[in-house]
Formats: sequence, C-alpha cells, structure tokens
Amino acid sequence: MFNDLSRLGKYLGQAARLMVGMPDYDNYVEHMQTKHPDKPVMTYEEFFRERQEARYGGGKGSPRCC
Amino acid sequence: MKNNNSPLRHIPWLVLAVIGACALGVVALRRGEAINALWIVVAAIAIYLVAYRYYSLFIATRVMELDPRRATPAVRNNDGLDYVPTNKHILFGHHFAAIAGAGPLVGPVLAAQMGYLPGTLWLIAGVVLAGAVQDFMVLFLSTRRNGRSLGDMVREEMGRIPGTIALFGCFLIMIIILAVLALIVVKALAESPWGIFTVMATIPIAMFMGLYMRYIRPGRIGEISIVGVLLLLGSIWLGGQIAADPEWSKAFSFTGIQITWMLVGYGFVAAVLPVWLVLAPRDYLSTFLKIGTIVALAIGILITMPDLKMPALTQFTDGTGPVWKGGLFPFLFITIACGAVSGFHALISSGTTPKLLDNETNARYIGYGGMLMESFVAIMAMVAASVIEPGVYFAMNSPAAIVGGDVAAVAQTVSSWGFAITPEALQAVAKDIGETTVLARAGGAPTLAVGIAQILHHVLPGENTMAFWYHFAILFEALFILTAVDAGTRAGRFMLQDLLGSFVPALKRTESWTANLIATAGCVAMWGYLLYQGVIDPLGGINTLWPLFGISNQMLAGIALMLGTVVLIKMKRQRYIWVTLLPAVWLLICTTTAGFIKLFDPNPAVGFLALADKYSVALQAGQVLAPAKDITQMQHVIFNAYTNATLTGLFLFVVFSILFYALKVGVSSWGSKERTDKETPFQAVPDA
Repeated sequence: MFNDLSRLGKYLGQAARLMVGMPDYDNYVEHMQTKHPDKPVMTYEEFFRERQEARYGGGKGSPRCC
Repeated sequence: MKNNNSPLRHIPWLVLAVIGACALGVVALRRGEAINALWIVVAAIAIYLVAYRYYSLFIATRVMELDPRRATPAVRNNDGLDYVPTNKHILFGHHFAAIAGAGPLVGPVLAAQMGYLPGTLWLIAGVVLAGAVQDFMVLFLSTRRNGRSLGDMVREEMGRIPGTIALFGCFLIMIIILAVLALIVVKALAESPWGIFTVMATIPIAMFMGLYMRYIRPGRIGEISIVGVLLLLGSIWLGGQIAADPEWSKAFSFTGIQITWMLVGYGFVAAVLPVWLVLAPRDYLSTFLKIGTIVALAIGILITMPDLKMPALTQFTDGTGPVWKGGLFPFLFITIACGAVSGFHALISSGTTPKLLDNETNARYIGYGGMLMESFVAIMAMVAASVIEPGVYFAMNSPAAIVGGDVAAVAQTVSSWGFAITPEALQAVAKDIGETTVLARAGGAPTLAVGIAQILHHVLPGENTMAFWYHFAILFEALFILTAVDAGTRAGRFMLQDLLGSFVPALKRTESWTANLIATAGCVAMWGYLLYQGVIDPLGGINTLWPLFGISNQMLAGIALMLGTVVLIKMKRQRYIWVTLLPAVWLLICTTTAGFIKLFDPNPAVGFLALADKYSVALQAGQVLAPAKDITQMQHVIFNAYTNATLTGLFLFVVFSILFYALKVGVSSWGSKERTDKETPFQAVPDA
C-alpha cells in the first residue's frame, strides 16, 4: 500500500517535471552508466541547466500552443 | 483483448454508446427549459470513449498498421535528454500540458453567442473525426520519421517550395496568435487595478524563482514552484487590498493603450533576457496552475452540477451576433478552433512528443487520447460560459459601438434582444467580482473567469470569494498567455532569422546580438502593431482578430491533414485516405469560404474590403462615420481593413499553394505500385 503510494508519488513527480520539459535525471544517469560508461555524466545542476536551455533557448524549441 | 474474441465484449461499449446518444439527445432536443451541465459532460465523455475504443483503434491497426516491434526514435536514439522512452501516462501529461492553452478556453466562450448547442456539437464531432485524427496522424508520421517537424515533413514528402510556404504560413500564424493572445490580456486587464497588479506581481515572483533555481538550490523545481504558487495566491489577496484603496487603485488603473505599450515593451525585454530568469520559472508556474485549474474546474462542475442559463440556440445563428459577425457556416467552426481541431497541435505532435514515445502503439493513446482531453477542456469552457446569465454574457462581450457605453444603455440593448438584464444586476456582478465594470470585456477570458468563479465559489463558499476566484482565473489565463507571448516571440525571432537569412545571410547568425535584436524587434513590431490596431480601432479587436486567428489555425490543420493524405497515398494505403481526406476537405472548405467572405463580403461589418471602401468613400466626402470620431480614426479604420485583407489574402495563398502541391504529388503517386514515402527504414526493438 505505502509502496504503491510512493510509486504513485514518484510517477506524479516525473510527470510534473516532464510537463515543464525536465526528463528524469535518474534515468539519464542510468543510461549514461550502462551505454556510455566512458563519457562524463552531468551533475543534476548541469543537467537542469542544459535541459532548460534546450527547451527555451535554441531555435528548435517547441512553440507554445494557442 | 488478446484471447477475448467473444462478441459479448462489445456490450458494455454499446451501453456506453446508448448513454452518450441519449445524453446528446437531451442536449440537442430539450427546448424551453434549462438543462443541467451534466448532460453535456456525459454526452461528451461517452462519445469520446466509444470513439477512442473503436475509431482510433481502427486507425491504429488498419490505416497506420502500428507495429509494436518497430523501434521508435526514443528507443533508437536514446540519450537520456532529448530522446527518452517514456512511460505512456507520463508522456500523456507532457503532451497534454503542451497542447492545452488559451485557444480551447476562449473559442467556445465566443461561440456561445449562438447558444451552447452548435458549439457543443462541433466540439464533439470535430474532435472525433478531425482534430484527434490530425494529432494522431502527425504524431505517427513524425515518429516514423525520427521525430521530424511538420515543416520538414512537408518539404520531404511534397517538395522544397511547399515546405518553404508552410514555414512562412507558420510564421504568420505565430504573429496572429501572439497578437490575439495579447489582446485578450489587454481586454481583461484594462481599468482593472486588481488584475494588473497580480499579473505584474508574477514578474518579480518568477525572477525570485529563477534566481533560486539557478543559484540557491539549483534545479529544485518542486519546492520553489509550491512557494511560487503560494506567492501568487498572496498577490491575488494583496491585489484585492489595492483595488479597495482609492489611491493605490488609481495608480494601478491603466487604459488599454497603456497596457498595450507595456506588453510590447515586456515582450521585447523578456525575449532577450536569459531564459532561466523569467521565462522558465513562469512557465513552471503557468503549467502547474493550468493543470490544477482544469482539474479543479472538472471537479467543480461535477460537484455543483450547474444549470445552463444560455439557450441552446440564440437568434444570432443568422450571423448578426454582437460578439463576432458571420453566419454559423463557416464562422462557428473558425471561432471554436482549438477545442475541435487545432493546427498548432501538429507542431507539438511533430516536436518533442515523438522523441519521447516508448512504443509506436502508444501514439494512439497520446495523440488521439490527448486531443480528446483537450476537447473536454473546451466542453468545460462552454459550460462555464453558459452557466452565467446570458444578459451578463452579452453585456461583457459586445463592443460599446453596438450596445452603448454605460450600464443603463447596455442593459436596455441586451434586454431588447431577449436576454433580460437590469443595470443593477450588471453592477452587482461587477461588484461581486471586485471590478468597477463588466462592460466591454470581450475576448473570452473575463467571461470564462466569471463562469469559473461562479463554479468554484459554489464548491468553496465563503465571504467575497467570488472576487478572489475571478482574479485567480484571470491570473491563470494571463500567466500562460504571457508565457506564450514570451516563448512565441523567441520562436518567432528564430523563424524570422531563418526566413530573412535566405536574403541577408548575416541575419541568420542566432548568436549575434545585432541580428538577435533586429529579429526580435521585427517580431515584436509585427504582433505589437496588430495588437495596437485591435486596441485602438473602434471596430477592430476581438471580432476582427479572432476570425483571422481561427482561419490561420484551421488552415494549418488543413495543411497537416493534406500531408497525412499525401503520405497515405504514398504508403499505398489509399483505401483509407478518407480518414484524413474528409476532415482535410472540410477544413479547406471552411477556411477558404471564411477567407473569401472576410475579403469580399459586401457587408462592411464582415468584409474587410467593403469596410475599407465604405470608409474611403466617406472620407473623400469629408464625413466621419461612427464609431470613428475624427479623420485620423477614419484613416486607422481604412488602413487596418487593408492590413487584415492582406493577411487574409496571404493565408489563402498559403492554403491554395499547399493544396496545389498536395494534389500534384498525390495524383502522381496514386498509380505507382511501389511505396514512395520517406519513412525511416524498419528497425526492430532490441531484445531487452
């Protein structure tokens, strides 16, 4: 029961973060460790800034809807 | 569904379909007595669910042949950043937050002038057959093309020229959208010290959040967003104190023109500031507030089960309505726009979402399902607009040129249309929501805010909470509109640099400050000009700009559906092209008819050229026609009419040239035996 609740909480947190364009950091770290163990892994702060810049900064940013 | 092939499994769906049909029957046929909002909600949900279960499944398995073994872009290019296979429910949230905006909220409110019935029917039928199909189709196409954008796909499948024309069309749409959104804010905040204070307060709050996330506790979105929302609620309370104080309220009262200049200045500054300082944190606030308010509204409607006071049909179905001019066909469809079909979703469905899709088969849930959800938001907006007194609705949304400028005159005119209202009642509403007047608050947002305030006020009763909820709703809309203005100006700047860069290469350098400032200023000047003319032009405003916006938005949807049709032909699935062809044809008929009517209708209240003509003739004779007050205003009216006519002409040019290329490519690939589409080759999902 509490396990389920904490899982639900985690999902909601992930969903809320992705809504503002922030993918899951743990998933990123896991991906880097399994697929690219030779490459440096960004810290959470670097990851946060990189994603923020990617969402709003570049020309490829997704335009907002009406 | 795997081993349950018994026909019995359809029975619950049949029951649901019957329930939906009955509810819809009540909505459509009951006359003369108020019906409960729940009928509309039940009809919509039942039909959405049945359409999702059957029609979207048909599209997924037969038309698209979605393949669970095919690796999606997220799986192929997984980098933990842009491409991430994401749980489908989490992705649904992301996609929905990206597509939901002011459009589905404002369109139905404006459409309510014809009564709730026509709008509701189109919201339900349109989303099931056109809007959700478009979102789903574009998501599918983009997923099969490594997450390419709509413009890229048009270029690849139809050719370079239509690709460039589509890009140009997107830029025009962006400008119109920014102008019309900003106009909604101006209309809501003019002479409203409470409203403008809370909206201004969002800027320091966002900056505080931005600094906090940058330097104090980097990247902690959750905690600071909660603090931000609390600060916002505090600013609404403080705004109430300011509005109550005679001196402070004077300091925060601004005319529409003053607010226009503030917005233009703000748009320019905000678009060149670093994103982490204002744009990103305010986007967090507006996203969470948007989702929260939508959920609260849904719960509120379910709990209060309000009666609809607006009649099912009003006499304005004949096209003489005060809120916007034009007959049911095509202008109802143009006005509703986003809640039924939205071309903008094609940009989202070919933007971030396909890069996050973990399995192709989930495109159905995300694309089709997400749009159904958006349409449901529009249904709630329709309910919110219909629960307020029709007399109040028309008093708020009619321009002073038609109904008069003071409460007594407005009450008399509106009552003469059959929507009985007294001047005292209008003043009482204004007092309830903590404003000095409710007159001439066109644009949908204030009306919606009154509706939301009424619903939430019933759920959470208390002294004077109506005014609080009204300003909460205004803030919620203004917040995401400002975010859109900011983000849109940025995106528009890059588009402009891209377009101009073809002629002056130096302007293409996005890192150059000069090029950056020139393009930003150009972009702000364009929407700022349209906004300004909407504010000063006594005939202009929402009733001119909203149809332009609707035409452009539906036109983009038409382009997306034409692309879908062409690709289905190239994929050799032409048996099924009616799935995209029928909605595409319908949208083309609507947008081109509306465009031609807007250009050439002999009635000056509808046709731009007739309007320009009428005022030019009067100007030459030295006359001043109301509502213009002097020669300069006469010239404004004429110039604006020509500007709007030019824009309409450009839209028609875009839509006809894309149609030309779609026909050309479609016809030439019809007979070929081989598939000629540019799909990324199949790659199987790696074994886990």
